[in-house]
Formats: sequence, structure tokens, C-alpha cells
Amino acid sequence: MDWMLPPAFSTFAPDIDRIYYVILVLTAIAFVIVEAGLIWFVIKYRGRPDRKAYYTHGNATAEIVWTAVPAVTVVVLGIMSGPIWNKVKGRDSVPADAMPVGVRAQQFEWHVTYPGADGALGSADDFTVRNQLHVVVNRPTVVMLTAEDVIHSFFVPAFRLKQDAVPGMEIRVWFEPTQTGRFELACAELCGLGHYRMKAFVEVHTQEDYQRWLAEQTQAAATQ
Amino acid sequence: MKQLALAGLTVITVGAFGWYRGGDDAPAGITGTVKFTGTPPANPKIDMSEEAACAGSATTDPVVTVSNGNLADVLVYVKSGLPPGAAAAAPTAPAVIDQHGCLYRPRTVAVMVKQPLEIRNSDPVLHNIKAVPKKNRGFNISQPREGMKTTRTFTTAEVPIPLQCNVHGWMHANLAVLDHPYFAVTGPDGSFSIQGLPPGNYVLEAWHEKLGAQTMNVTVPATGNATANFTFSAK
Amino acid sequence: MATTAATLDQAIHHAHVDDRSFLRKYVFSTDHKIIGIQFLIMSLLFLALGGLLAMVMRWQLGFPGQAMPGGGVLPETMAPGGVLLPEFYISLVTMHGTFMVFFAIMPLLVGVFANFLIPLKIGAPDMAFPRINMASFWIAVPAGVLMVAGFFVEGGHAGAGWTAYAPLSAMPEMSGVSLGQQFWCVSLVILGLSSILGSMNYIATIINMRAPGMTWFRLPLSIWALFITSILVLLAIPILSGAAIMLLFDQTIGTHFFLPADGGQPLLWQHLFWFFGHPEVYILILPAMGFVSDIIANGSRKPIFGYHSMVFAIVGIGFLGWIVWGHHMFQSGMNPTLGMTFMISTLFIAVPSAIKTFNWLGTMWRGNLQFHVPMLHAIAFVAMFVIGGLSGVFMAATPVDIYIHDTYFIVAHIHYVLFGGSLFAIFGAITFWYPKMFGRLMSPFWGKVHFALTFVFYNLTFWPMHELGLKGHMRRIYDPSEYEFLQPLAPTNRFISIAAFLLFAVQLIFALNFVLSWFFGQKADRNPWKDTGLEWVPPSPAPHGNFDHTPTVYHMPYEFSHPHATEDYVPQNRPLEGQTRPAAAPAGQ
Repeated sequence: MDWMLPPAFSTFAPDIDRIYYVILVLTAIAFVIVEAGLIWFVIKYRGRPDRKAYYTHGNATAEIVWTAVPAVTVVVLGIMSGPIWNKVKGRDSVPADAMPVGVRAQQFEWHVTYPGADGALGSADDFTVRNQLHVVVNRPTVVMLTAEDVIHSFFVPAFRLKQDAVPGMEIRVWFEPTQTGRFELACAELCGLGHYRMKAFVEVHTQEDYQRWLAEQTQAAATQ
Repeated sequence: MKQLALAGLTVITVGAFGWYRGGDDAPAGITGTVKFTGTPPANPKIDMSEEAACAGSATTDPVVTVSNGNLADVLVYVKSGLPPGAAAAAPTAPAVIDQHGCLYRPRTVAVMVKQPLEIRNSDPVLHNIKAVPKKNRGFNISQPREGMKTTRTFTTAEVPIPLQCNVHGWMHANLAVLDHPYFAVTGPDGSFSIQGLPPGNYVLEAWHEKLGAQTMNVTVPATGNATANFTFSAK
Repeated sequence: MATTAATLDQAIHHAHVDDRSFLRKYVFSTDHKIIGIQFLIMSLLFLALGGLLAMVMRWQLGFPGQAMPGGGVLPETMAPGGVLLPEFYISLVTMHGTFMVFFAIMPLLVGVFANFLIPLKIGAPDMAFPRINMASFWIAVPAGVLMVAGFFVEGGHAGAGWTAYAPLSAMPEMSGVSLGQQFWCVSLVILGLSSILGSMNYIATIINMRAPGMTWFRLPLSIWALFITSILVLLAIPILSGAAIMLLFDQTIGTHFFLPADGGQPLLWQHLFWFFGHPEVYILILPAMGFVSDIIANGSRKPIFGYHSMVFAIVGIGFLGWIVWGHHMFQSGMNPTLGMTFMISTLFIAVPSAIKTFNWLGTMWRGNLQFHVPMLHAIAFVAMFVIGGLSGVFMAATPVDIYIHDTYFIVAHIHYVLFGGSLFAIFGAITFWYPKMFGRLMSPFWGKVHFALTFVFYNLTFWPMHELGLKGHMRRIYDPSEYEFLQPLAPTNRFISIAAFLLFAVQLIFALNFVLSWFFGQKADRNPWKDTGLEWVPPSPAPHGNFDHTPTVYHMPYEFSHPHATEDYVPQNRPLEGQTRPAAAPAGQ
């Protein structure tokens, strides 16, 4: 059993992974205490004919200890988690210089709309590509996430990013890739019979490669 | 035994009649060609690069297919004028629509009410087939593997019923359900042939998903074929 | 006062003269014990059915695209040539969850044991409203029939998950399912009526019909848990029923509560569903905790450690259940600021859960542990519930949830709680109270064999699912081999499937033990486990009317190994050494 997380390639992924490992250690300690205690008691206090159980109704100090310790632990966990959550999902967390991309989820495809050369969505040079999200390394991208028909979920495991796409809502979600390459994008919310195949890929380019790809696409659009 | 023989005889008779009616030397029918003049409208582009199994199969969606001035995928059918009782029993042989190279083949397919429609998947990928008719019961089924076949029938005449695949958003087809067997769909050469019609006056309609419909009055003689040629042009 | 106890014991020998017809006695019975047994048989059948659906799913996940052995019997619309179709797979996902939650675990915990135990354990002859009680069972039957019938309608059964997220569930043209989803809604509304009637009855009975001396803090923890559970059921189920009716209207008569194109709001469904759904999760675990408390005290021959803390923990969990529903919706598009609130309230569930766990350990500490079959299951419950509880911390922490939400980590978590937790408790409870139901003991040998094999195969099945989730394996996907990053997990998936098949197979031992012991089991005496509860006062099986003479309660439950007692247990209806009268008897007694 491998409790390690797979490699991550976005700026906030290490934060998420860190809090995961913190929880892993804390829960592992609790797990070992309880299970070892259980096994120890099962062996030590196993029934024997001459044995008489110790008559007690409890112990107030013990109750206070095992109420307080978990309470303090979870408060600490909450305090540690809050800022990371805000950094990833907070409404004001999207970096100002993020490149906007429109992602419209539809049974069972991802339609990605690019801003074209002017860098702004909603202008004439926008173009839409199916199932391919091309972004630039070390540059934040903000996805304007919408859904056409039912709820889908935008999931890039390598970026540790997941956000439901809800019809009737536009949700902004951002990420900044830290490495070039191709990563898989999956739908994580059951959206119908083709859900398992609602997949796309994220291609992380260098700035130059991205410009080249953009030029190809704009050219293709122009010749149409 | 007698009943069996009778049943056998019925089968043979009906079968022979079907063959006879479908034959080239049928006493009466309509033949013709559908032409297209002018420059055909550009078909929408398709990007199949992300779908490895189909990549390269096509770069455009064949909405309007013209070769040598002949227009394919046009449904030609008798719209009115059939005498009462002219409609025959539905053929038992299925009409076939195939999914191949992430396209529907043929683009337009017609069946008679209760005639089976066989949907095939010749691609090694998932296709789903979604039909949202207005008068018939809709369906949304999947064919995850190559070689799968599904058969459907329809209860009410309806032209057209759009078919689509949601895994490959570009995939569209047209299904027509008619309550008589007097229909045909043009092939790449634009020709069609409707056979076995009783003599009389008919209104014939040619329907294309993008170019619209045209009607024509046709008189079918007692023997021989009437000719009906349609011509579509870019709107 | 010793004379009172003696007359009481004597009185019990005279059973009621029972002149009811067969139909009244066993079919349309108003006897809480028969109704409990009826629920038991129905929900065990659904448990088997739910398990069978899971096996079919595991076939597809372990061996994607291969023809399932015996799958040829399924119709073309489900599995042509034995190969599952995606639409059938998602129906299986949906119905496995639906059957297990609503028709197996919930009735097993509440329908069976609330019915069977409450009057017996509080010293009452029956429920407050026996006819309503009968109605609650006979209303559940058509709900079950309707839910099964959904498999055989055109378009197949509901395929939007047991959570039925709108708009997928609300739009037949998007799901391809029309009648199936409608059957699902109607069935749950009917079943909800059954649950509401039942819970109302349990609450009324516990409040009004406790025997003299059975004060609130003398109630066994199983009854406390069932009491809080009943309140949760009474408050939560109407929300589900209302939401299900809205969903049904969206599908059929053109309303658009959840359809955004017409001004509806898809997230409304999630809020309604989880506002019901999270209390529901505690409905599925609290009674199990109660049974385990009873059994661990008995098996340890010790009073429960920290009885009052245990009661407050039950109440605390019941309360927290209402303010944590948003943790199912962290990634749903709900305002992220709410994520913080729900994270804190959710993390706090760890506190009462820890209290309960450590008090169980405290109960076993310096005990005289008797490893009878119910005790084995109870210990397994503690061991497995801890894993389920701790894995819950990961998804409560919002940043980690971003990654593991909707993955197999969640699947592992819920199964550690509902199978490792609830189901082990149910196996324990059935074995424990079986003699009181049927007058015979289940075979301890086969019980231990079943326990050991279940424990092993259960862990082999669900433990590796944590790993799948950590590698990003989404839940509810028909064919994981479609994704490159999931392809290395194929051997793990196959391993899980084989373990699951074995897990399912060894349940046959339980089924046979259950059925055969009914006829051939060793006859049980009045109190085979030497327990302190009032249910062991009447003979086994308990007769109609339960007690010939209303028992008087003298002390708290779980008086095991009292230093001045001659035996190692003192039943609640027998005074402790030196006790002369029932302390704090209710006024008027």
C-alpha cells in the first residue's frame, strides 16, 4: 500500500500535498494508538475462568484528555488548512495576470475557448478547440468554467485541482503549471453514460511553443 | 401439416412479391437524380486529432456532399397521394447505420414504421447514440466496443429525427421514419429509385438537412417509371 | 425486595395465551418483534441484492470489457453478450448505493432493532402505536418492489448515482433514463413515509413507555442511540421526500426547481439532498455504535466506561450532523467562504467520535474479555470505524478534499464506516439478539469462521481503495483503462475485485448459519449471554406481550462484575447488593 501522492506540477500542489502528509502523520499516530491498544487489550485481558473484571464506571480525567486532545488537533488542522483553501479556491485568489480560458463542459466533451492574439475572451479572434487545453508554463491560467447540460467536474490530478462545472453558473478557477508536458484532464462528477470517457488533456507549453501553437490555430481558423 | 404448408406458401408469396416489387423491372415507380448547382456551402471543420482511433478519417463534417454536381444524402419520399391501403407491411430486413471513422454512415437513413434500424459501431471507441424525437420514444444508448449492434424500431412517422453522439460532438445523422415503403435516399451519384407504386398522382418531396425541402407533382403510369429530378442550389 | 424479584421471575413463566390467527401472528402482525423479524428478512434480502450488484460492478472494474461469467442471462439493454454497457454500469452504481443505504443498512439498524429492542429493553409490552408500526413495514414493502421493478422498465434504472444529482437526474433527455428515475423518486417517497411512521413510534415509545425505574440515564446506550437516530429520521426524511417530489415534478410535469435553463438551481438539489444526507449518514452509524456499546460491555464483563460521555457523544454527533452537510459540496461551486465554516464543523465530529472510541477501549481495559461472536464483531467495529473516522479527516480538510473528492478515497472511507462499521455491528447484533428472536443460538463455530473470513476479505477489498483514490482514480467510472494515469492501477483493481468476490462468497456462511440455526440451532435459555438488559428477562423467544409482569428497574445498565455481587452480572431488574428500593423511580409508581 502506497500512501504517497503522485508527482504534482502546479504552484499550489505542494501546499496541498504538505497538509495531506501532516494529516497522514497525525492520523497514523491515532491509528497506531487505537489499534495497538485494541490488540494489546485483546491479548492481555482475554477471558480466563479465574479472572474478574475491574469494576469501574469511568474516569473524568481520561474523558477530559481524550476530548481535549482531538479538539485541539482539529482546530490546528483547521487553522493550517484555511489559508491553503483560500489560496486555491478563494474568490479573490485568482492572480490578476492570469491568462483567461473558457472551458465549457458538455456531455461528454470539453470545449476550450482561447482568447486569441489579443489575450481577452469575448472578442472576435476567440477560437474553440475540443478536448485540448493549451497553457503556458509558469504562468497562471484562469478557467472560466461553465456547463452546458448537467454537472461535470474539471479534474487535473497532476495539478491537484478539481472544480465542479455547474449549468447556469460561471466559476473561475485558476492554476499555474510548473512543468511543461501533457497531463490528463478528467470529468470527476457522474454526468451520464459517457462520463468515464469525458477526458481531455492539458498541454503545458513554453511561452514560445504556445505562441507557435496559437499561430497555427489562428491560421487554421483564417483559412476556413 | 396443412397449416404449415399454408404458412410456407404465404412466406414464399410475400417474399416473391417483395422481391418483385423491389426489382428493376417493376411495373411502376419513380426514378430520378438530385443535382446541385453553384458552389456548395463549406462544411464545418472537424478536429479529430484528439481521438486517436479516428484521427484522419475526415477533416470536415459532410453536411453537404456534392460530387460531379450530384447531391448525396437527400431523402426522397412520397408525401401525399397514396391511395388508402397502399401502405404495405414493414420490411423485416433492417436499415443499417454504421459508425465508422467517427462519422455516421450513411448520413441520412430512412426506415418504415416498425422496420428495424440496426445501429452498428465499427470504431474501437465508445459512441453513444442519442435520439430526441418529438413523436416517437427517444433513446440514449451506448456502444463501447467495436462490432456492437443495437436494433431499434419506431412507432410513428416522423421526418427528421436527429441522431447524435455526445462523445464526439460533431457526429450527426438524420433518421426518417415513414408510414409507407415509398422512399429512398440518394447515394453519391445523386440518384434514387422508388418502386412498386400504384399508378396515380403523387406529391414527392426531397429533403436535405441543410438545403431544405422541395416538392414536385409526379404522375406514375401503369407501367414504367416516372422521372423526377430535383435541383438544389446554395441559399 | 428480594421477594419482588422472585415473584417477578415466577410470573414470567406464565406466557400469554395467544389465540391470534396465523395471518395476524406472522403476516399482518402488530407485535413489534414479528415486525422486527419481517424487516430483518426483507433487509437481508436487499443486502444480498445490493452485494450482488456490487459484484457485477467489480467484474467490470477488474476485467473491463470482458464478458462476465453468467452475464449472458442479462438482456441486451444491460449486457449484450455478457459485456456490461456503461448505462447499465451507472445504474448498478446508483442502485447499489440506493439499496444498501435505504433498503439494507437503514432498515437493518432501525427497522429491525428499533422495533425489536426498544419495548424489550425498556420493559414495555409493545410499541406505543402497534398498528402504525405494522403499517410502517407494509408501506416499506411496495417501496422495495417498486425500486427493484425499475430495472425492468424501458430506458433502464436510475443512473445518476444514489445522490441523484440534478440536472442529470431531472432531465431524461440527458440521462436516457425516464421511468427508472421516476420509480426511484416514488419509491423513496413511499419508503420515507414508512420511516417517518416508524421513528415517530420509537420516539413516543421511549418517552412514554419506560418501565418503572428506567430513567433516562438508565437507558442502555443502544436505546439512546436509537432514540437520537429516530429524531434524526423524523427530521431528515421529510426533506428527502420533499426533494424527491420536486425532482419527480421536474421530470414529469414541467417544473424547474433544479433546471437552470428555466431559472432553477442545480445546487439546490445538493443542499436539500445533503441536508438530509448527512444526518442520514449518522442514522446509519449511531445505532451501530449503540449495539456495539451493549455488546462490548457484555463481552468485557465490565460497565461501559464513561456512560454519560457516551450519551453526550451520541447527542453531540446527532447535533453536528445538521451543520456539516456542506462538506459534501466543497468542490460544487458553493461560495468558498462557506468551505471554511463547514470544514471546522466537520472536523469537530472527530471529537465525539474519539470520545466513543476511547470509551470502548476504556471498557475493554482490565476486562475479562469473552470472545463470543458478537464481541468479535464489536471489536472489529471499533478497529474499522477508527479507520473510517480517520480517513474522514482527510476529506474534511478542504485543501486535501480538492484532490480526493469524488475519488476512490471517498469510496474507501464510506465503506470503512458503513461496512467496517455498521455492517460488522449488524452481524454482531443479529448474532447477539438472535436467541431472543428465534429461541435458538446461531452456530458459534460457523459464526467465527464467517467473522474471520469476512474481516480478512473485507480489508483486502477496501484498504487498497485508499491507494486508488490517492492516485486520483475517479469514482463511478465504467472503464478506468481509458485513462493513462489509471492504467498502472489495473492490477490493484483486479486484486480488489477478486477480494470482493471472496468477500461476497463467504457471506453464504452467514446466510446458511442464519437460516439453519432457525431450525437446528442450539436451544437458547432465557439469558444466553449473561447480560443485564431487560430483554433477557422474558423467555427466548419472547412471547407476545413480552413481560407477564412489568419489570422494575433498579440501576444503570451494564452492571457487570459488581464487587459485591455473587455472579458477574446484575440484571437491571434486580437490585444491587444493599439496594432496597428503585432509586429515582418515576412519580406515581
